[in-house]
Amino acid sequence: MLDLLLIAIKYSLVSNVVLSQFLGICAFLGVSKKVDSSKGMGAAVIFVIVLASLVSHAIYVVFMAASSPLCKALGLKDGLEYLTTIVFILVIAALVQLVEMFMKKNMKGLYDALGVFLPLITTNCAVLGVALNNVTYGYNFVECLVYGLGISIGFALALILMAFIRENVIEGNDSIPKSFQGSPIVLLTAGLMAIAFFGFAGLV
Amino acid sequence: MIVTFILVAAGLVGATGLILGLFLGVASEKFKVEVDETEANVRAALPGNNCGACGFPGCDGCAKAIASGEAPVDQCPVGGPAVAAKIAAIMGTNASGEQADKKVAYVRCQGDCDKAKQAYHYTGIADCRDLAVVPNGSEKECPYSCCGYGTCVKACKFDAIHIVNGVAKVDKEKCVACGACVKACPKNIIAIVPYKKKHIVSCQNHLKGKQVKDSCSIGCIACGMCEKNCPFDAIHVIDGLAVMNDKCKDCGICAQKCPTGAITGKRPVKPAAPKAPAAAPAATEAKASAPAPAEKPAEQPKDTTSANA
Repeated sequence: MLDLLLIAIKYSLVSNVVLSQFLGICAFLGVSKKVDSSKGMGAAVIFVIVLASLVSHAIYVVFMAASSPLCKALGLKDGLEYLTTIVFILVIAALVQLVEMFMKKNMKGLYDALGVFLPLITTNCAVLGVALNNVTYGYNFVECLVYGLGISIGFALALILMAFIRENVIEGNDSIPKSFQGSPIVLLTAGLMAIAFFGFAGLV
Repeated sequence: MIVTFILVAAGLVGATGLILGLFLGVASEKFKVEVDETEANVRAALPGNNCGACGFPGCDGCAKAIASGEAPVDQCPVGGPAVAAKIAAIMGTNASGEQADKKVAYVRCQGDCDKAKQAYHYTGIADCRDLAVVPNGSEKECPYSCCGYGTCVKACKFDAIHIVNGVAKVDKEKCVACGACVKACPKNIIAIVPYKKKHIVSCQNHLKGKQVKDSCSIGCIACGMCEKNCPFDAIHVIDGLAVMNDKCKDCGICAQKCPTGAITGKRPVKPAAPKAPAAAPAATEAKASAPAPAEKPAEQPKDTTSANA
């Protein structure tokens, strides 16, 4: 039980996916302009990462690991690990499509606000990173669930914090030197946030 | 063994794809959203270039705005009246007729190979954007001139702009004023102007009169004749260049008074000839002597380059 708690804390705060592993930066910078849409994006990413983590883990255990029933039946000693990336991408793409359909029907406003970044979750490396790291770290089903939750909550946290900072401090602030306006000041802010999150380092 | 590997790999990925595909198919039935039929029809009637001339991100955005009534049926400048009529039929309204003020792109430079002096021979990448960062930014002596390497030609999706004798020229009939060439031009000399406007300052040179005269025979020398003679206060010399404002009635007095011809639309001086036979030869003589020295040096560098080549 303690292990699970530690995984959750470690990957949401200490090794935050955006601010210390530098995965998923594209969506982090792209959708953090408004707090509302960043919340929606955070929720969508949590959904996709958790489900992708579980489904990809299940597929890995049943079909692709060296110890899986399929590989044993076919006599493949090394398993099918070389196929993980392509199969996981398929799973992620399908899940993102599902989220997109759901949002288009039930949350039209959010769907429009997220725009191109919603389908781009497919290529968000944070999602694929979670699915692949499950294999690398040898997590079991429950650990995969907690790991996916931790990572995605960390992503949502960083995204929403950034959106608050941008909405309240950065957007329309005339005291920012002209050459720093726009993306540069956002990148600097992201750097400062990463340093702040470094403060969690001793926690786990 | 290898065959098994290949078969297993193909089978696994194929099966995963198939299952997910079926799953998505079921889900798409469940989460079906009724697409607005008008919107789909309007979208089908639009040209589909996605050029963005309408001000929306693409044809989809334009179709949505038209279907919801936010935009007029003739929002699409590319399709023109024909498409507007089609969309009007879909929407059940009357087209607002011919576009009131059709606009076209216009290249504000007349410094072709005969009129502008060449400063050097450029042999780099044949693209204006690359030439623009080379010192002087143009092969011609005038740093504000059209480079003539056709970045605008490549940007045009409608085959409406071409390089003629070293200067880009817009085909007014084909141009739809989408502004792609305006964005592409590193010299910022292309502008969107009303189709009917005849008198336009066709020079972007901000340098002093002498420098302009030394580099091009048809540039704006900022003499101020147009400003003094304009009855509508519609043209002013600002920062070494005549600039028209929206008070312009297109009367053409400025073009008549312009000593270099930098303002287009000057009428030929024929009618004056029979009236004052004494004055006419003098005028033509003066005219003949004026362009001559300007033309000669324009040819010289050309000769040297051809000799070098």
